[in-house]
Amino acid sequence: MNDMTPDREERRSNLNGMGSSRKRVEDARFTQGKGNYVDDIKLDGMLSGDFVRSPYAHARVLNINTEAALKVPGVLAVLTAKDLAPLGLHWMPTLAGDKQMVLADGKVLFQGQEVAFVIAKDRYAAADGIEAVEVEYEELPVLTNPFEALKSDVVLREDLDPKADGAHGPRKHHNHIFTWEAGEKDATEQVLAEADVVAEEMIYYHRTHPCPLETCGCVASMDKVNGKLTLWGTFQAPHAIRTVVSLISGLEEHNIRVISPDIGGGFGNKVGAYSGYVCSVVASIVTGKPVKWIEDRMDNLMTTAFARDYWMQGKISATKEGKITGLWCHTTADHGGFDACADPTKFPAGFMNICTGSYDIPTAYLAVDGVYTNKAPGGVAYRCSFRVTEAAYFIERMIEVLAIELNMDAAELRRINFIKKDQFPYQSALGWEYDSGDYHTAWDKALKAVGYDALRKEQAERVEAFKRGETRKLLGIGLTHFTEIVGAGPVKNCDILGLGMFDSCEIRIHPTGSAIARLGTISQGQGHATTFAQILATEIGLPAESITIEEGDTDTAPYGLGTYGSRSTPVAGAATAMAGRKIRAKAQMIAAYLLEVHDDDVEFDVDRFVVKGAPERFKTMKEIAFASYNQAIPGLEPGLEAVSYYDPPNMTYPFGAYICVMELDVDTGEHDIRQFYALDDCGTRINPMIIEGQVHGGLTEALAIAMGQEIAYDELGNVKTGTLMDFFLPTAWETPHYTTDHTTTPSPHHPIGAKGVGESPNVGGVPAFSNAVHDAFRAFGLRQAHMPHDHWRVWKIAHDLGLHG
Amino acid sequence: MTEKLHIKMTVNGQEEEFLAEPRELLIYTLRERLNITGPHIGCETSHCGACTIMMDGKSVKSCTVFVGQANGSDLTTIEGMGGPDDLHPLQKAFKEHHGLQCGYCTPGMITRAAKLLEENPTPTEEDIRFGMSGNLCRCTGYQNIVKSILAAAAEMNAAKEAAE
Amino acid sequence: MIPASFSYHRPAVLAEALKILSDHGDDARVLAGGHSLIPMMKMRMANIPHLIDLQDIPDLAQISLEGNRVVIGAMVTQAQLINDQTLTSAAPLMKEAALQIADPQVRYMGTVGGNVANGDPANDMPGLMQCLNADFNLIGPSGERTVAARDFYEAAYVTAREDDEILTSISFDAHAAGYAYEKQKRKIGDYATAASAVLLTKDGQTCASASIAMTNLSDTPIWSQAAGDALVGTTLDDGAIKDAVAAALSDIDPTEDNRGPVAFKMHVAGVILTRAIQRAWSRA
Repeated sequence: MNDMTPDREERRSNLNGMGSSRKRVEDARFTQGKGNYVDDIKLDGMLSGDFVRSPYAHARVLNINTEAALKVPGVLAVLTAKDLAPLGLHWMPTLAGDKQMVLADGKVLFQGQEVAFVIAKDRYAAADGIEAVEVEYEELPVLTNPFEALKSDVVLREDLDPKADGAHGPRKHHNHIFTWEAGEKDATEQVLAEADVVAEEMIYYHRTHPCPLETCGCVASMDKVNGKLTLWGTFQAPHAIRTVVSLISGLEEHNIRVISPDIGGGFGNKVGAYSGYVCSVVASIVTGKPVKWIEDRMDNLMTTAFARDYWMQGKISATKEGKITGLWCHTTADHGGFDACADPTKFPAGFMNICTGSYDIPTAYLAVDGVYTNKAPGGVAYRCSFRVTEAAYFIERMIEVLAIELNMDAAELRRINFIKKDQFPYQSALGWEYDSGDYHTAWDKALKAVGYDALRKEQAERVEAFKRGETRKLLGIGLTHFTEIVGAGPVKNCDILGLGMFDSCEIRIHPTGSAIARLGTISQGQGHATTFAQILATEIGLPAESITIEEGDTDTAPYGLGTYGSRSTPVAGAATAMAGRKIRAKAQMIAAYLLEVHDDDVEFDVDRFVVKGAPERFKTMKEIAFASYNQAIPGLEPGLEAVSYYDPPNMTYPFGAYICVMELDVDTGEHDIRQFYALDDCGTRINPMIIEGQVHGGLTEALAIAMGQEIAYDELGNVKTGTLMDFFLPTAWETPHYTTDHTTTPSPHHPIGAKGVGESPNVGGVPAFSNAVHDAFRAFGLRQAHMPHDHWRVWKIAHDLGLHG
Repeated sequence: MTEKLHIKMTVNGQEEEFLAEPRELLIYTLRERLNITGPHIGCETSHCGACTIMMDGKSVKSCTVFVGQANGSDLTTIEGMGGPDDLHPLQKAFKEHHGLQCGYCTPGMITRAAKLLEENPTPTEEDIRFGMSGNLCRCTGYQNIVKSILAAAAEMNAAKEAAE
Repeated sequence: MIPASFSYHRPAVLAEALKILSDHGDDARVLAGGHSLIPMMKMRMANIPHLIDLQDIPDLAQISLEGNRVVIGAMVTQAQLINDQTLTSAAPLMKEAALQIADPQVRYMGTVGGNVANGDPANDMPGLMQCLNADFNLIGPSGERTVAARDFYEAAYVTAREDDEILTSISFDAHAAGYAYEKQKRKIGDYATAASAVLLTKDGQTCASASIAMTNLSDTPIWSQAAGDALVGTTLDDGAIKDAVAAALSDIDPTEDNRGPVAFKMHVAGVILTRAIQRAWSRA
């Protein structure tokens, strides 16, 4: 059996394991139009459900008349809160400890809120039925500004006792949700009071929305014969959805099967539970037929979870030489009508306390106040870890403002304040232990790659040319060095609705040497079927091509908390490596038995176990697999399987250095991105091709957010940007070419040293684009201008600085 | 109640005949009546291009066409462009160059790219970005899509030259 | 995104289309490319009980040059405009503008007739037609008539076309060399933040004639006689251009929307017009 073997490098390369730019296995079905998304699902007798939605942002619902709707041909039923109340389903718990109306219960709190659910034989009848439902509203005063909401007599949440504590402690006002604090208040205020220099600024990260190309939807199918509910849906966390559905429906979890099929992008939009899921489940149970709900784009933008909307008041103190001594942040968080924030339970403001960023700041304080307003509920982590985009934007803007205050170069200011390589693991003043980093190396590499000094020279010359009237275009250099916190997270402090944020991998090796591994995560385009096979290929020595990765079916996949917040590689990737090592440990024993040596006398060599000192004696993993089914080995069960549930000891801390060079037209407000350089350090790199793709995609989402994308409201709470006409998604034309680069600083606590990377580009990208805009106008006195930096707002910057004279 | 229309069309080389309500949008004809689920729905305002097909030799957003308008037409969707035994160079190139991630925009992207290469067999990167501006993607940032289309163009031109 | 029910007609001849229009009054509308009408119907912002598809009617999709006169059928698509060599030689302004409308797929279906006839102030072709001094050919139950583009637009969605008339073609003289269509937009596919169509002729060093139209800056396209007059007889020095801009700005009346406030639009309109004038002059 021991045939001639190729050399080790060739064997490693044949595995297509970690580090290989392996082509994706998913691509075959997607490029041939054979994906299986929720709206592709067709079941016999399937009905269609859709919502009557409120045109008003704040109103009493006086009456709902369904008589005409029920007469529309094809309409079977119309559900209202009255119908759901006996089941206790007219409200549902949110992931943030609040509760949210499933259907309007006496009033509505945001434009587009679900008022009634029409169930019909097809989507045409449902659409006609919706038009025929008559709702009587009494408009109420609308609150769209969180600062005003905290002073207003208008009560939004009449269902909450203003004197009782909320889910996260005492509430200061009937429109107040929670206060969350980290760090040292008194010590920080003292440091600020005694500082040489203090820069203060209000940094606003505006409201936007993840807007994946596929909207949210589900198909609920109650099998009344067997008493089992199957729920297909756009779920980034299928197991959590199963548990939630069980808790609210009373069906036991073993009688609920949740399936996330192919998902057309998630970006955080598909983490939480929406009314459509609950109503479809109820409709299916009541009718005994499958019910499909697929929302429109307008529904998606107007009513599913928004992102951001953080007003961050910051103060940063430093010595006159530029050494930062303290950071103070008070954030006002606008959550809309219900706090449906998708955060781990103990973190109502997510991981906002990463806002000390990449800098060694000895003293800091953060306070966050959550507020209710008449807007859609949320928020979610739109391609980021919880609130990390807000935190990174905050500190990267505060550094720039401090640089202005000190009259210093912002690149140099960053460098002298970076956490040094030998300070890791680093205990931040706001409570996190950063695992590893080498910021100086990344920073120097980035500045060199773009020719930073030459760019500054060019910029200075451009300012002079502008002043002489020779040009109307300014040059901005946008700098960012971000540190993220991802991979939620250790069970002791990270849970979603009480479910610890571990993740899992279950592997079964087949007799002829191929394998199937199932995970508790679910890809929405990140390529898990390709990359997790690569992790295993390296760990267990079978080719990636021989390993099927399966996710998303709660009947077969081990429990996991899903994919968002860049947690798949840090948590499920670790579980995969650990399960792989269990396989390898058993394989070692089988090999030793077959080779008739002691367990310790064999060692793993890429794809086989070799007798130490006698390399011509070995057993390949394929041979070992067969042996596990074929041999009666004393002390070992047959088969070759392992499961790992991984509770990460810590979060991981990817980081990066991004530089954006941008030209701005002072008269039209138009921008042109001349260059974008992105250096990412995500620790061990599993598939460089996929990493690069993630960076391109995340940077483009960042471009959109920084340069025009927003969910905007008028004073009556009408959504102004509810379609893709006004909600900015760049086309290939608006999107620049990106240059990507990397350094590699492995995570010391992660089994394969990997940190995760999918969301870094969105975290680092937004401040890079935004800082470029600010930097262009710095010479003319600009300190802070709120995003998005669309044409008219850039024009206004120039106008207010007197540049249109 | 409006009268149903008697529709005949050719879809991916197959003749189809059926009765349909006038308000049936072509995207639903394909996805729900004919079970051709490659083209997708991403918006209702004709912006995203996920529904792009070829209709009578033109790149068309099938969500903005009523079934009656397509009566007598010849349609091609992603499913008609190539299958496991005969992949179109674009289908191969998108995999080779990581031109997709979640796959939702991909059928529309590839269908439109095929027409773009008919319009201009030797496009520059700028031509491609302009020519693909009717198709939105949220995952890839377009860079590898451009790369894939350039690669497919090169392969198709080389094959054409070899054949001549 | 499901429209309300409607009856669909696909007449083979124009007379049939006219009859359906007159039978149903404002319950009937013609359907050209559908890319303005159908999205409105999907959002149930337009409810049209009778839709008349014009695609089978012969002779509505030709482009021809009769002497110096360009004639474009109403059903000619933007894509056809862009690819027609005769048109590009006789009136390159059309191709320059068409390439800035929408995106490739929409251009395969969107028609010139659809773009000019419905009176949407955001469409690009109306201002362009006014700049070209085009005539619109309308056919109704009482026969054919011609209305100048400069007289066609009354208010947003209100035009000189009667409900029972169909716009069948547009015509204009081939234009001389100095042309430009300049359009600022938030992204490809968007309507104009501000757009300007300019035609200029040169005599020696002096401007002999000038036609200037502004788009999406009022509830109709604005052909500014005063702006054009300000350039005629000048060498297009800075002062003349400033005067033209001032005249155009006093003729427009933009409103605030997601693209920006009025002050911004006024400023940008001036910048876009200036660029259009400079580019047209460089080609004249």
